[in-house]
Amino acid sequence: EHEVEKMFTLKPGRLPPADVKNIIFFVRPKLELMDIITDNVLREDRGRSPQRDFHILFVPRRSLLCEQWLKEQGVLGSFIHREQYSLDLIPFDGDLLSMESESAFKECYLESDQTSLYHAAKGLMTLQALYGTIPQIFGKGDCARHVANMMIRMKREFPGSQNSIFPVFDTLLLLDRNVDLLTPLATQLTYEGLIDEIYGIQNTYVKLPPEKFAPKKQGEGGKDLPTEPKKLQLNSAEELYAEIRDKNFNAVGSVLSKKAKIISAAFEERHHAKTVGEIKQFVSQLPHMQAARSSLANHTSIAELIKDITTSEDFFDNLTVEQEFMSGIDTDKVNNYIEDCIAQKHPLIKILRLVCLQSVCNSGLKQKVLDHYKREILQTYGYEHILTLNNLEKAGLLKPQTGGRNNYPTIRKTLRLWMDDVNEQNPNDISYVYSGYAPLSVRLAQLLARPGWRSIEEVLKMLPGPHFEERQQLPTGLQKKRQQGENRVTLVFFLGGVTYAEIAALRFLSQMEDGGTEYIIATTKLINGTTWIKSLMEKLEPAPF
Amino acid sequence: MSRVRADEEEYWHSSKFRAFTFDDEDDELSQLKESKRAVNSLRDIVDDDDDDLERVSWSGEPVGSISWSIKETVSGSTGSLDGRDSSLQKGSSSYAALPKQASSYSLSSLFKGRNKLSSFQSLSDALTDTGVKSYAPELRRPKAEYKDYSSDWSPKDTVRRMQRGKVCSLERFRSLQDKLVLLDEAVAGHDGNVITAVLIFLKRTLRREILFRELEVRQVALCHLIHFLRETGEQKFLLDLLRTHCFFPLSLQLSQYREHLNIQDVEKRREFLKGCIGLPFSAEDTSHIQDHYTLLERQIIIEANDRHLEMAGQSELFRKYPRKASILNMPLVTTLFYSCFYHYTEAEGMFSSPTNLKKTFKIPDKQYVLTALAARAKLRAWGDVDALLTTKNWLGYTKKKAPIGFHRVVEILQRNNAPVQVLQEYVRLVEDVETRLNLATKYKCHDVVIETYRDLKDRIQLTAYKSKVERGSAEEEKIHSILSNMVRNAYS
Repeated sequence: EHEVEKMFTLKPGRLPPADVKNIIFFVRPKLELMDIITDNVLREDRGRSPQRDFHILFVPRRSLLCEQWLKEQGVLGSFIHREQYSLDLIPFDGDLLSMESESAFKECYLESDQTSLYHAAKGLMTLQALYGTIPQIFGKGDCARHVANMMIRMKREFPGSQNSIFPVFDTLLLLDRNVDLLTPLATQLTYEGLIDEIYGIQNTYVKLPPEKFAPKKQGEGGKDLPTEPKKLQLNSAEELYAEIRDKNFNAVGSVLSKKAKIISAAFEERHHAKTVGEIKQFVSQLPHMQAARSSLANHTSIAELIKDITTSEDFFDNLTVEQEFMSGIDTDKVNNYIEDCIAQKHPLIKILRLVCLQSVCNSGLKQKVLDHYKREILQTYGYEHILTLNNLEKAGLLKPQTGGRNNYPTIRKTLRLWMDDVNEQNPNDISYVYSGYAPLSVRLAQLLARPGWRSIEEVLKMLPGPHFEERQQLPTGLQKKRQQGENRVTLVFFLGGVTYAEIAALRFLSQMEDGGTEYIIATTKLINGTTWIKSLMEKLEPAPF
Repeated sequence: MSRVRADEEEYWHSSKFRAFTFDDEDDELSQLKESKRAVNSLRDIVDDDDDDLERVSWSGEPVGSISWSIKETVSGSTGSLDGRDSSLQKGSSSYAALPKQASSYSLSSLFKGRNKLSSFQSLSDALTDTGVKSYAPELRRPKAEYKDYSSDWSPKDTVRRMQRGKVCSLERFRSLQDKLVLLDEAVAGHDGNVITAVLIFLKRTLRREILFRELEVRQVALCHLIHFLRETGEQKFLLDLLRTHCFFPLSLQLSQYREHLNIQDVEKRREFLKGCIGLPFSAEDTSHIQDHYTLLERQIIIEANDRHLEMAGQSELFRKYPRKASILNMPLVTTLFYSCFYHYTEAEGMFSSPTNLKKTFKIPDKQYVLTALAARAKLRAWGDVDALLTTKNWLGYTKKKAPIGFHRVVEILQRNNAPVQVLQEYVRLVEDVETRLNLATKYKCHDVVIETYRDLKDRIQLTAYKSKVERGSAEEEKIHSILSNMVRNAYS
């Protein structure tokens, strides 16, 4: 449409040849990317004709630091246009928006850099320009407070932004990730959550080992088994995926086998087609059936891959320890399983997830226990990890218990975070997403809708940061007159990241018949425990230059 | 809307005014470059930023020229209106400042990134820019009229404008007081881009001591500055900052410690770590960093020694099991493994001996046994394994003891393909009967299984187990004799 010849991914070295006049770099403002671009530009063949023109577009904003960098490398002048593309919130699904800024949590809590909050506020302003002013804002946490303040100020500074769009959202709920540090540390047990935990979903795509997806057709032989990882897109456009993504993994198998029966029955129908009309009808359904069949085949393969892992002994041991911690068992002493894992040099991130989980579930570890873990980790994985441990401590994930009080049991009981009788097949509570543990963040959202936060004042005070409520005046003409039985719509914004399991829990609440509230989710980044901890770790490889 | 409009006016007025004062070259220049780009952006072919005198020929360009309209189409949005304003103004009035460009402007050019007009897709920008349209013609009023407006532009407005990506001159803030207000406003705005811009301005215009002193009470700004210095690699400034302020949060000392990761040369790295020990860390961290230094020191000695040994080719051990990688910069436990592998028998006085490492770093028993066991098992030195797990009490009796539990011992040995005779000895020592049976069955230690069933007096299991052993073997014989013994005992 716009006559774009080719799209390239950014990598160092010479730019691939293309017979074009203009080259546009579309980048996040990060210094390491600037180095790649510099390399690209410097290696450009000066003698070629026509000479190519370079442009650079920063997403979501231009950064003077980056431009300064480019200038120091002597290439700033090569760019004819330097602009910004203010893409704050990127839609990921019908009910999910993400800023995809993976360092947001680290910046806010470790570096006191709240630029990402500024972007979040801007994104919310844009959202309000499109979908109407949100009359009620609730929030919990320091960052939430900042964002709400910025929104209110932005509104005041641009009186013209008062728009006349009928509001789509009734409520905005801003939640700091550090209000609920526990949830991302636990292993997600929904289908989508497990895919993310094991293979990592990136921008709705997942890469899977190819063996299970080998074509089963005759004649193609075993000689060219695919070696490239299989890449699949995962979103609600795929009917089957939409149905199973948010289920507990233990409930996925039965759905898949039911689907298989339905599809084969549908294919069988062709034998009953007698008249030309019936045959025609059958043929017209074929494409849909084919799609359903291939989708079923894919997900059966994925489920098999995951099953191999979830049935392994180590997965089970790990989960047992997690569940013990979350239900409050033995959180105050050195855990044998963690020690064993360190001795066997399991991946460091796994260790850190468990130790942090224990710390969070005990409102901090006893100094002796903490020192023991630290020492073991440093001696086994290298002293330089002291930097990472320090980051975790700063973020509140790993800390000594202060005042000798453990608040977690009170929080757990009041918010009913641990449910012993969990129904994985036909859930009646959000705790199904972690097979027993109900994500704290989502519980807060649920209690806000009914009966309101006033009932849990005490617990809210135990969680970090202020909680607050703001109202934005609407012109009288736009105030909603609610129909009987009409659902309220709440936008939940997770500042610092959200997991797939939390999303699943919110979707579950949306679908509850007597829930009365529908949820739309926005976040700075889709995370899981591993990617989250990784974002907090110091990069230990020396810089390449 | 009127408020925004007032801002806009003030802005242009003030910049116009300033164009005739000549007192701030840096900023002037950045603005000039700014407008120039706006007008001439498509032909901005510059290879060296310092030859600005060449580039200023733009200023006479008539408004509405071809290049201007190109720019218009390229930005393709209301945003370009702003560009027009700037070109209008510059075109009419401000090239008087042009001959003054000899000064360096490397810092001011920092700001031009921000200053540049950008695309206006965000809501706020779009809103302000519709406002510009209505009064654009007024801009050409004589500049003298506006002189007195220029100072009205408050720090708050400045910050707000910068957030929107507009041109801003910070040089106007001369007094320390003003600068600090500006900084506080920027911090209150939470926009890292603006905070950094203000900090760069302060860094340039304030004496270090004053800057450091003020940042002490402004932790957020301090973090931004540190982040900025780290990103741009201004190590010296950063270290000065850290040194002059020992009372900064402890994590800042760590940020110096972090620097060792960038040092490739081991000797230099060691020296650097030595320097770190003196920094005021928490007691806990100091001991870890001290250990880190000692470890690297050891590794350097061991490495030099062993490389020599390996090259000479006289040591059988190194010939048989050539080293896969250098031991430098490896974690402590890896180093211990290495020393248990290559230097197990050395006297405690040697730096490379495992016992010496254990003492120096206070390695817990558990960790030590585990590592030594893995290393010796890998070499299939079963005698050493036995010795490692044997303790003598003061009467001279020996006893087998494993701080890690014998089931773990068995696991490690099995992983290293220990023969059944060796394995069975330790399986026998596993305390928990259930685990012992499991392990014995798994690793086919028949004797242990049989004895355990015998002790449990479990005839049924024992009979069943007969099918697992080879026919006519000693084990089958043993089962038979036990079974018949059991029967006899039952009747006697």
